[in-house]
Formats: sequence, structure tokens, C-alpha cells
Amino acid sequence: MSLGRYALNRLAFGVVQVVAVATVVFLLVQALPGDAAVALAGDDPNPERIEQIRTSMGLDRPPLERFGAWLWGLAHLDFGTSIVSGRPVSAFLADGLAPTAVLAVLTLVLLVPLSVMVGVLAALREGSRLDRALTSISVGLHSIPEFALAVVLIALFGVQLAWLPPTAVGVGGDLLGHPEVLVLPLVVLLARPICSISRLVRAGMIEALSSDYVRHARRLGLSVGRVRFAHALPNALAPAVQQVARTTDWLLGGVIVVEAVFVIPGLGTTLVDAVASRDLPVVQGLAVVFAVTTVAVNLIADLVAFRLSPRAVGVR
Amino acid sequence: MTHFPELSRRGFLAITAGLSAATLVGCSTPAATPTAPKAGGRLRAAFAGGGAKEVLDPHLANLFVEAARSKAMFDKLADLGADVSAQPRLAERWEPNADLTRWRITLRPAVFHDGKPVRAQDVLASYARILDPKRAFRAKSSLSLIDLPNSKAIDDRTVEFALKRTFIEFPNALAAFGTYIVPEGTEDFTKPVGSGAFSFVSFEPGKSLVLKKNPNYWEGAPHLDELHFVIANEESARTNALLGGQVEYAHDLTPTTARAHGASDRMVIVRSPNSAVQAFAMKLDRAPFDNRDLREAMFLLADRPQLVESTLAGSGQIGNDLFGKGSQYYAGDIPQRTRDLDKAKHLIRKAGAEGMTIKLDTSTAAAGMVEAATIFADQVKGSGLTIEVVTGNKDTYWADTLKNGSMSSYRSGAMPIETHIAQRLLSTSGTNVTKWTRPEFDALYQKAVSTVDDKARGEVYAEMQRSLHAEGGYLMWGFADWIVGTARNVNGVATAPANTLDWARFDKVWLG
Repeated sequence: MSLGRYALNRLAFGVVQVVAVATVVFLLVQALPGDAAVALAGDDPNPERIEQIRTSMGLDRPPLERFGAWLWGLAHLDFGTSIVSGRPVSAFLADGLAPTAVLAVLTLVLLVPLSVMVGVLAALREGSRLDRALTSISVGLHSIPEFALAVVLIALFGVQLAWLPPTAVGVGGDLLGHPEVLVLPLVVLLARPICSISRLVRAGMIEALSSDYVRHARRLGLSVGRVRFAHALPNALAPAVQQVARTTDWLLGGVIVVEAVFVIPGLGTTLVDAVASRDLPVVQGLAVVFAVTTVAVNLIADLVAFRLSPRAVGVR
Repeated sequence: MTHFPELSRRGFLAITAGLSAATLVGCSTPAATPTAPKAGGRLRAAFAGGGAKEVLDPHLANLFVEAARSKAMFDKLADLGADVSAQPRLAERWEPNADLTRWRITLRPAVFHDGKPVRAQDVLASYARILDPKRAFRAKSSLSLIDLPNSKAIDDRTVEFALKRTFIEFPNALAAFGTYIVPEGTEDFTKPVGSGAFSFVSFEPGKSLVLKKNPNYWEGAPHLDELHFVIANEESARTNALLGGQVEYAHDLTPTTARAHGASDRMVIVRSPNSAVQAFAMKLDRAPFDNRDLREAMFLLADRPQLVESTLAGSGQIGNDLFGKGSQYYAGDIPQRTRDLDKAKHLIRKAGAEGMTIKLDTSTAAAGMVEAATIFADQVKGSGLTIEVVTGNKDTYWADTLKNGSMSSYRSGAMPIETHIAQRLLSTSGTNVTKWTRPEFDALYQKAVSTVDDKARGEVYAEMQRSLHAEGGYLMWGFADWIVGTARNVNGVATAPANTLDWARFDKVWLG
């Protein structure tokens, strides 16, 4: 199969996925108990006031009508308007995007070289004390959920030793202006994926290094370095690239946790707030953005993996 | 979402601020000595927020953070003092006519942040906005007794309000939650202009609000140069931010945090007693609690110290089935109820209720309610009754329990005792959870709010409280402290009950 045909197939499938997710999200959001009117009315609500708010928000319209209007808007890239604040949903996305993008991009930028380095190091010294140490640490770190790791890091480095700020409170969206607040969140976001990806790189590398073509290349007189990094590594990376894509999916969830724990006003925090106040258009808009991101990242990863090693992917 | 059903606050008294500062220093920082207030500096205060639904319109304020921001930027005519009684604020004084239906309010000389004076027309326009029948502002019900078409501005600094009925407690309405005075004609609050101690600099909903000192504040300029409200929704994040030196004030901490960090050298715990009443509400209009003996049995089964110790982690006081401990007109002379299992058993037998199972509705709508219900169910064991705890939907809890069931968990923030009675204990009350409807009680209320003499009025309130204590449906077992944490260099944070003027008030705070 050619790369172009493969890309087209995957793209068509991606569109179907996004539409399916949009439908499911709408249904799930409808099933949330309570609505924005109740959330806005506060404690001790007066039923008349709730009804008044509900009508003004258009919550009394039938769900099918609202779904139709929403899908129609999406097709025109119009995400609708927040029923709670009256601002366009796209403004929420724009506000929350920068901090989340900073976190996600920095995580990915650091993740790839770090995990390749760790994986290759362990593979080249297979069975050594270093390899065993890296394995133990990886398995250990990988089994700690990110919120638990975050709480421990905050307690230790943020509060007890006071080396780093424990939260991003007061920094607002300007994370790059205060790089110190990024350290702990990035450590939390990186900890698990580094472990899993470096394990994959290590396994792939060990397998590649013991393969016939590597031995053949060495017999042809190519240097050790060239064989390892120009021939063995690309093949070892193909499964790792797809794992990086899966990590990106995971990252979207991880970012929500990390943003909540470290008080970073990104898309995750926006989503949590929107769910709490039953701001359905915002919840739906964010879910669609997350779905599109996931589908797009996986698409790109599949294409990269296909390019790196057509044999491994193309047969699917 | 956490907020009190009825926020309000209190008139400033110089003596209270002094007392509060002394109490603060006395209870938690024995090493520090009270110093003279120092001007300057920036205070960052962390509150839970509401994301996009946060607004700066003080009439729409609903969350704690919105109430605290409104208070910093705006004024009301009156506010609630430490004893939850109305104290004059923008109103310099108020004088009713003989039959208490017309009230003349004299405004103190005050200016808005744009330099324009606060006039009688601004007061009338603000109240007209709140009372607009097409809108749903929270303060509407508090002001509904004002006959607005017949109220008028006498001159720029004098307003005369006509009331729909005789009402001596009108100042309570002027102090009610959300009754802020805004410049006439204001509808856009993106850059709010008020008369408060701090003026607007910048706002990002769900993130932060930056304010600066108003040097022309009528009560004297605040000590702080800048005040930043920052949002941290999780209590642990507020605590961490305070411990990590990222904020100087963390609002609404849990008793557990207070216990863990009470002795820490990095934060000072400030407790405001009598802030939120904790109760079980029994409905009098239906079985089984239409039986007075059974209600009394419930009163006698509650082990109040244990409830306070376990559900409030000790951060509270026991209650005596009466609202407003520490408030003006609170009947503190009624003997405190204690647990009496034998007498309760006797009463249960007398009521023919042995072996009965009673459902107790509760939910996570307020912190600690489910825990308290479970502990109470335990305390009732062995009395011949069984309490079955039913946890309902927290989003619709208050509306559900107003209509359904026979017994439910209940909590309420501080408000004047008169307001509590008017909203919850009259046959016409909108939120009468206990269904306490007695013509003679309604008549006593009418008598109280028509009695000009303070002492005589106090006696009527005392009589009403005696009948509530003996026969009412509220088992008010405790009062939770309101807990905030501050950095050690923060001074002047008052210990006033939440909802009163000095709660979350920053113009009297200084950094030492």
C-alpha cells in the first residue's frame, strides 16, 4: 500500500471517529444529573428562579433540537456559546490552550530524547548493573499514579524543602514567564511515559542489535556507531513512535489531573469547571477538541511509523 | 460549589477590629506582639472559584470569592456586625417614622472610584435593578418589602424608603447579601466602579482579580497597596500555595488542615466561631414527627460533643437546637440540652414508636452532612428506634428535602435571627423545611418586628425561641468554625462569623 492511500484511509476513519465521539459526548453530557440552572442558582434555590434561568439559557428546548443545532455549528467550526457566561466556547478553548499546549509540547519534546537515551543506554549495556537499575526504577515509577506522585513531589519539594513552587497559583496562564512552576508538573507528566517508552526502545534495540542485517552490516565494515544509530535505532523506534502517540492520548488525561493538582488554568481546568457548572456547550466543545487531537496525533504517528518501517504497520 | 444560603456581613466597629486582632494574636501567634498597622505591600488571597461563571456584578455574586470581591469593591447601606446585627455602612443613620413604614436613610459622604459622589439616586437605582421583576437577582427577596414607586430621594444624600408593612428590622434588609450600591445606570461590570476600599485593575474569570487601594475610601484608605484574588479550587492546593509562600491568605480550610498545621511556623490558623449551624430538620406536618414526644426524644438522643468532635474535627461548638449562637437576641439563658437515653426511651415508648425505622435524608451538598447523619444513626441505636441514612442527589438536595421526607440533614450560614425566622419559620416562609406553621408564632413575629424598644423586642424573640426549643423541628447540634489560614506576617484578619462584614475583609489587614 502506498503512503498516500494509507493516509487517506486513516483520515476517513478519523472523521468517522470524531463524529461518533461528538454524539456519545452529547448523550453523556445530557445524562449528567442537575443542570446549569441548578448550579447557577446555588444553595437554597428558589424553584421559580431556577425555571427563569433555565428558560433564559434555552435549556427547555428538546435535546434533539439542541443536538442538531450543535452539530450544524460544529460543521462550520462554530462551537457555540457558553450557557453560563455567554462567551463563545472558542474563547474558552483559546484561553486554556496556551498553558495546556506548553505542558504537552514540553512533555513531548523532553520525552522523546530522554526515553530514547535511557532505552538505548540500557540496551547497549544489556544485563549490566545500570540496565538492572534502570529497569527497577522504570517498573517502580510506572506503577505510581500521577496524582500520587504529584502529591508526594509537592509535599517534598514544594512544601518541606521549599525548593520549587508547590502550585501555579497566581501565575495565571503565563507559565513560560515563570519556568520554575513547570518543573514539578513536567516531572509528573514525564515519569510514566519515559518508563514505558524507554522499555520499548530498549527491547527494540536489543532485538535489532542481534538481528542478521546488523551483523551483516558489521561484516561489511560499517562502524559500530553507524550500525547502531543509522540502522538498528530506526527499526527499534517504530513501535516506540506509536507508543508516543498513545502517550499523547494519555497526556490529555494526565494534563487534567496535573492542572487540577498544580492549579494551572489550562484546558483541563476549564473542563473540570465546565462540568461542575454544567456548562454543556463548553464540555462538548472541549471533548471534541480532545477527540480531534487524539485522532490527529494517532494519524500522524501511524504515518511516521509507516514511513520508518512499512513492514511493521502496512500489513494492517 | 460552596456558599452560604444567605450571605451578609457586618458593620465595622473600630473596637471589633482591635479585638479581632488581639484574639488572633492571642490564640495562634503567642510569640508576636500586636504592632501598629503598617501601610503598603501586596496580599494574595486564594479562594475557590467558579471558572467561567465568575462575575464582577455584585448583584449576581453567589460564590464566596464573589462575595469577598464585591465587598472589596462595593459598599452596602448596612452590614452585619460580629453579633450578626445590622451596622451602618454607606448609610450614616436611619430613622423610621412612628408606624415603621417609612424609613429615612442619610448617606455618609462617599465617592465612587471615578470620583463621582454616592447619591440617593444611585441607591434607588441599585435597588430598582435588584427588584426588577424580569430578573432573578439573589437579593430580590430580601428587598421585596420595599414599596419602590413610593420611595424617593429627598436630596442627594437622603433617601426615603416606603415599606409594604411595618418592619423595625429594615436595617437587616439593607445589610442583606448582595444589596450593593452601584452607580446609577450601570449594567456593564467588566471594569467595575464602586465605592469600596479597593478599586479595579484587571480580571480574568476563574484565574485572578487584581485590585488596588482606594486612597479616598470613606472609612480611611486600606493598609495594603494591592490585593490579588487568586483561584485555587482544591483545598489542598490553597494550603500548599500558602505553605509554599505563593499566597498570604487561604480561604476555607478544613478542620483537618487546621489540626495538622495549627502549630506550624509557616501558617496561622484563624477560626471564626458560630459560622455555620449544623442540624437535622424534622417535619412537623407529617408522621412521625408530628408527635412532639418523638421530637423531644430525638433532641435527647443526640450526643452533641461527639458529633462536633467527629464530624467537625473539634472545630466547632455544640448547639442547643436554636439558631444564631452568639448573635444579637440569641436566647443563651435556655439550659443546654444533653443526651439522656433513659428519658428518650421513655418518650419513644410513650409515642408508641418502638421498633420504628425512620429515614434520614442526607447528601454531600455540604461538607460533613453524610458523616454527621451516620454518627447520629449510631447514637440512636439502643433507643428502640432505627435511623436509616439515605444519601440523595446533591444537586437537587435542598429543593428535594424542602418538600419530601420527614427528617433531613441541614446547614446554614450566619444571618440575623429575625431573617432566619422570616425565611424559615413562618407559615408564609418560602423555605420552611420543618413545616413549623403556628398562627400564634406568626403573631409573635409581627409583634417583634413592630416593637420599637430593643429590650421589649428581645423579650418577644426570647419567647419565640423558647417555644422553638421546646417543640420545634430543628435539632441544631453544632456550629462549625469558619477556618482560614494566613502567612505569619499577615495581621488584622478578623475572627468574625462567615457572612458578616469582617469575614474576608481586607482593608483592615496589613503585612508586618
